[in-house]
Amino acid sequence: MLSTLGNSLLIINSALSVIIIIFGYKNLLKKQENIFNSIFQICILQNTIIIVCFFTLITAFILSDFSLIAVYQNSHTLKPLFYKILGTWGNHEGSLLLWIIILTIFSFLFLIINKSHSKNFRIYTLIIQNFIILSFLVFLLLNSNPFSIVVPAPKEGLGLNPILQDPALAIHPPLLYIGFVGSSIYFSAAIASLLANYEGKNFAISIKNWVMFSWIFQTLGILAGSIWAYYELGWGGFWFWDPVENSSLLPWFAMTALLHSLIVLEKRNLLYFWVILLCLLTFILTVTGTFLVRSGILNSVHSFASDPSRGIFILIFLCLMIFASVIIFFNKYKKTYLALNLNSKETFILINNWFMIFYLVTVLIGTIYPIFTDVLTDQKVSVGPPFYNTVIMPIVVLFLVIMTVGPQASWIKNKYYNLSLLFKILAASILINLAIINFFDSYSILSNFIIISAFFLIIHNLFELYVSSKNKINFSKSISHMGFGLLVLFIGLNHNFSLEKDFNLKLGEKKNFNNYSIEFKDIQLIDSKNYQAIKGEFKIKNSSNSISQSLFPEIRIYENPQTLTYEASIRTGFLKDYYLTMSNIDRSDYYNIKFQKKPFMVWIWISVIFISLGGTLRLFQK
Amino acid sequence: MKISFTKLTIILLILFIMGVFFVSLSKDSMYNTKNLVGKKLNNVQLKSFTDDKIISEIDLIKNKFTLINFWASWCTPCQKEHPFLLSLKGQKNLHLIGVNFKDNKNNAEAFLKKLGDPYHYLARDDNGKQSINFGIYGIPESILIDENLIIIKKFIGPLSKADLKFIKEKTNEY
Repeated sequence: MLSTLGNSLLIINSALSVIIIIFGYKNLLKKQENIFNSIFQICILQNTIIIVCFFTLITAFILSDFSLIAVYQNSHTLKPLFYKILGTWGNHEGSLLLWIIILTIFSFLFLIINKSHSKNFRIYTLIIQNFIILSFLVFLLLNSNPFSIVVPAPKEGLGLNPILQDPALAIHPPLLYIGFVGSSIYFSAAIASLLANYEGKNFAISIKNWVMFSWIFQTLGILAGSIWAYYELGWGGFWFWDPVENSSLLPWFAMTALLHSLIVLEKRNLLYFWVILLCLLTFILTVTGTFLVRSGILNSVHSFASDPSRGIFILIFLCLMIFASVIIFFNKYKKTYLALNLNSKETFILINNWFMIFYLVTVLIGTIYPIFTDVLTDQKVSVGPPFYNTVIMPIVVLFLVIMTVGPQASWIKNKYYNLSLLFKILAASILINLAIINFFDSYSILSNFIIISAFFLIIHNLFELYVSSKNKINFSKSISHMGFGLLVLFIGLNHNFSLEKDFNLKLGEKKNFNNYSIEFKDIQLIDSKNYQAIKGEFKIKNSSNSISQSLFPEIRIYENPQTLTYEASIRTGFLKDYYLTMSNIDRSDYYNIKFQKKPFMVWIWISVIFISLGGTLRLFQK
Repeated sequence: MKISFTKLTIILLILFIMGVFFVSLSKDSMYNTKNLVGKKLNNVQLKSFTDDKIISEIDLIKNKFTLINFWASWCTPCQKEHPFLLSLKGQKNLHLIGVNFKDNKNNAEAFLKKLGDPYHYLARDDNGKQSINFGIYGIPESILIDENLIIIKKFIGPLSKADLKFIKEKTNEY
């Protein structure tokens, strides 16, 4: 029953998209300045139906209706209700439905919020957005239908992959999708802008909040993913340069570049075609990322059950999208002479964009390089952290310095720098760095540079914050920039002061190293609702301050599907985290223990929150 | 339609990338060493255990059959398969190459002194990189190749009695 309902709703929605495209086209041909009322009505209907459709799927998951293949493959009657609901978007089909919902809602909101903008621009945006919605609906119906049925209906489901049974999964995909899919609206608007010749400042105003909105969510989505990886995967890291993580980072770089160049377009009416290009690029990268992840051509921690036919669909869509946008862009492109003063805000923003593009290209090459070597030379390689760290890290120093100096410059031509202030801040940063080396431990020359430049940015922005809050001027930018400085700083300190130790212990034994002693105190067997576990108790004593803490890592055996997972025990602190995992060694009383001390983990998360907080404040400022 | 060189380059580049994506769809992205059976070994460069001499394909063609065994002193199952390797030492048409995998030199020497040295040639792979070319996941693993460097069989895990029988039959056939 739910299957029929879901399928019917999807088909009706596809029809509605076609109707909107036709009505939109008719509306374009009319000279009148207003949009047909019927278009608004159909859009409301379209939104209602897609939301009902999603709730139908959620209901199927709650009721454990295993006649639906998506429910059968990703749920189980014994699963807690919370994880049953999460299962809705914890799989390829359900998450694709979430995509379509966001596409549809954004399409409608863009139409009604941008009332003051030209009719043709709004209608073109709506039409293009509906082409995208329609493509995804066709993809969903023909290839990845969450409402497909299994005959006869199984009595029990296969269960949700245990590593996905985590609260972070409740928010990670929706956040990321709002960011990802949100970028579709300015892709559509960019094409509409070219087609309707709706250029310059007005275009910038129409999309700037959408860019900011999707950027905030993208940032938070990446954060939630990192937190999930840190707490759930049990490797003690938060970023692995995994292809899927990279896929979320690529549009983020493009969005960040766009966010900044939009300011130039709005204030100075410059860089129009560059802004258009970034709008197109952001969504193209989003779909490319989706292709890489969902087609299964890359292996990663997020291996969605992959299927090449899925890849073909997305690839065809990607090709159509790229070629359509490239052709329209080439047709409309006019060479413009860019008269920029080297020392001006515009130039600094452009430099920011170059940096972003540099990062983007680096990560893109690293991500797709293995595909190229496999296809062209038949060699399987993987590109790992050493590549990214070597290429990206040294450039970060320069980036941070420009990020500190750039925002101070004024538009058109900058005349004045507060050099003495900059020198004072630089001196302070160097002193703090020396103090860290002196009191704690020394690190590489590059780390020195990174930490000094991070402090340079942070202190400068703190000063800015103080000045602007006193003069009641916009300080959202300073918060984001400071957040970025903090992020680099804490990642740097975390990297340099982490401690990792691998050893074997059996019950009752004790291991001493550096200032620590770790004692294996106890072991218990636990029976939980959907898994059994072996739970160890370890006492960690820090001899330098004689504080001791207990950690309880687990080895879990999940029933449905049968999986063994190693749950790290993490003691999160204000200054450092202790991270401990244990794994059994076959035919032995010994357990393999991995202990890590990770300084400032919480601060890495907080820094990212600062970055997005700045964006949020900007959104609410007039 | 007039089209500039830059535009053409961009379009061709996009086509190329999409083409590669398309071809990659039909490729197996999993690192699967089962496919290696029947394929020819290439890029062989095994460093001698004792000196800097390097063994390459040319040295392997000389033998009718070669069994390349990857082992380490720290690997308990390697001790288990060791008697089987020793019993293969006298086998005609068969050459045995040991690759000492991520090991400590002294420990490796002590291991062979205690349990016997079955290898005609001993190589070392200190960081495990060379072994990747042979599709090695973990040790012990052994690969049987013929004089054309074609992989006849891969033995994942310690050699068993059945494996021993297979190797003996195969080399006797010749």
